[in-house]
Amino acid sequence: MSASSTAARAQSRPVLKRFPPPLRILGYALVIGLGLLYVLPFAIQLATGFKTDPDAAAHPLGMIPVTPTTAAYQRLFGISQAGDGVPFLRWLGNTVFVATVVTAGRVLFASMAGYALARLRFPGRTLLFGFLLSVIAVPPVVLLIPRFLVLNTFGLFDTYAAMILPLLVDAAQIFIMKQFFESIPREVEEAARVDGAGVFRTYWSVVLPMARPALITVTILAFQGSWNEFTHYLVATQSSQYETLTTGLARMVSGGLGGGTQYPLKLAAALLSTLPVAVLFFSFQRHFVRGANAGSVKE
Amino acid sequence: MSARTSRHPRPDARSRAGEGSRTAGPPGEPDTPGGPGPHPAASAAPARRVRRRGEGAWGWLFVSPAVLVLGLFLVLPTLMALWVSLLHWDGQSNPFSGQTEFAGLDNYRALLTQDGLDRTLFATSLRNTFYYVLLTVPLQTVLALSLALIVNQRLLRGRGALRTAFFFPAVTSSIAVSTIFLFLFQGSGAVNAVLSWIGVKGPNWFNDPRGVFSLLLGGLGIVDTGHPSGALAGHSVMGLSWFEWLSGPSVAMCTIILLAVWTTSGTFMLIFLAALQDIPRELEEAAAMEGVNRFQMLRYVILPALRPVLFLVLTLGLIATWQVFDQVYVMSQGAPGNTTLTPAFLSYSTAFDNGDFGQGAAIAFVLLVVILIMTTLQRLLLRERTARPRRNR
Repeated sequence: MSASSTAARAQSRPVLKRFPPPLRILGYALVIGLGLLYVLPFAIQLATGFKTDPDAAAHPLGMIPVTPTTAAYQRLFGISQAGDGVPFLRWLGNTVFVATVVTAGRVLFASMAGYALARLRFPGRTLLFGFLLSVIAVPPVVLLIPRFLVLNTFGLFDTYAAMILPLLVDAAQIFIMKQFFESIPREVEEAARVDGAGVFRTYWSVVLPMARPALITVTILAFQGSWNEFTHYLVATQSSQYETLTTGLARMVSGGLGGGTQYPLKLAAALLSTLPVAVLFFSFQRHFVRGANAGSVKE
Repeated sequence: MSARTSRHPRPDARSRAGEGSRTAGPPGEPDTPGGPGPHPAASAAPARRVRRRGEGAWGWLFVSPAVLVLGLFLVLPTLMALWVSLLHWDGQSNPFSGQTEFAGLDNYRALLTQDGLDRTLFATSLRNTFYYVLLTVPLQTVLALSLALIVNQRLLRGRGALRTAFFFPAVTSSIAVSTIFLFLFQGSGAVNAVLSWIGVKGPNWFNDPRGVFSLLLGGLGIVDTGHPSGALAGHSVMGLSWFEWLSGPSVAMCTIILLAVWTTSGTFMLIFLAALQDIPRELEEAAAMEGVNRFQMLRYVILPALRPVLFLVLTLGLIATWQVFDQVYVMSQGAPGNTTLTPAFLSYSTAFDNGDFGQGAAIAFVLLVVILIMTTLQRLLLRERTARPRRNR
């Protein structure tokens, strides 16, 4: 009656019988069609990035460019001077810098707060936990103007600090860390304490290394979140020197920069800005899945 | 299981429940400091006492960065905005110096009761969002559940690849994805090219402000969409005629709805999938013994087991859809004819484009209230419906 034997049985014997063959073929066709609906837009994006403007307009569905060109990518990387320059490398640099700092901060602060909430006793702990729970429920859009007000009042508006500081802590990620620390047996820490390790030492050299899976999950979520962040960067900055991939691309696409359609250029920029997250996603899928569920399903 | 909301449950009970469901291995010792839980073994007592000293200080030290950041950039802003929503402030002077004109509830009055452009715009944004929510939430929920059921089929080949495909759009940036959809839905874009294969001439998606319900009624010859008559045009609520309220989401809004359904279904699929895999095998096996077919299995075994998760997904969907902003910013900026204007975007553009921060903040707070009412209402409705069948059985 062990769990593993039940699992093996579950794997081998399905509860309901297979569909009859005609139904099965129809089912597969349907499922493949659904899958294509999710994949094709990205495929079209990839193909269009190597097209010329007229080609993209004439053959929006064509998977193979009529006259393949890397003009869009050359413009993005400043190799060709055709047309007005798109400061893509500036956007990329800003995004890499801000996302890196934000990720580091989120991981450190989430693990510290998560550890304290899971393991340390201090006055006001229960109250703080309730506060965090209610903070998670504040709709981000309601914070658009409020955040601008605070940044403006502190004289931080339009600086890197304005982009980074408010994002350094994410309450949901504190919960993920807290959940994980609670699953680590207390005996480990007790042993360390008996050996004379202090609170910080125990946290840093004993518990944190054991929390690697949770740390990876939080790192990935934090990086993906700050890389894709848009509204906060939009209200925290104004000058073009602070533009990130999202705000720069949004301005370019919504018509502020460069006239005409220029879809190959826009789609190439969108593709490049997705690429790092895509690579991360395909190499750490398991952790994405875990994070998606940990972030939403709380119990 | 309940959603992550502002409801304050007893934290200790909640954290323990979470631990139980998440860890597959033997759970750690119950850890509810502060609670009158069972005392640890005697041997651990000295260690405990040692830990007590200075632990409070360490605790606060560890949470202080989080408390500082959340307090400064979440609590303080909200209070400041509440104050600013009572002012006529243009974003230039210091709103806390007392020199800015105090407006009282004027900003809220302009939105809700006074005739004028402000109220018309706000009502329009509410109308748009109402339809957006009405279509997006059910569609994304049904689609996500279907995807989860498909990917959960043990006999299906390539489940992993499918899961990856379905979830990937949810991971990418909303701005990049909106760019792709702009290209796909252009007048001569990919979507219309596909439609032309089956002889349909697709609309000029992003320039079409016509409401789809009015198009439907017009097509059936019930209402003359050019000149709506009688009660439809004569009566109005908040500055919009009944006809405008009832005309449905515009064609342009439909593209944003499709985009939302496409991107969010992956996340919700994963939540459903996790719940599906938590359904005990014995339950399904017992039902199979009874000779139920697939439909009965879904109706009487799977759906009842999924009810709490369904509730969670609906609530998360409701909260998220009322806040739609990124897609509107990139794809339409409220155009055409304000038919993709949403409260979130209106709040932003009122403040940052028109320099009326008081009004913008007021819109944000009304939006907050709407979201809170929606989730409360939905919770009440669902609670009643979950309670009744149980009594009948």
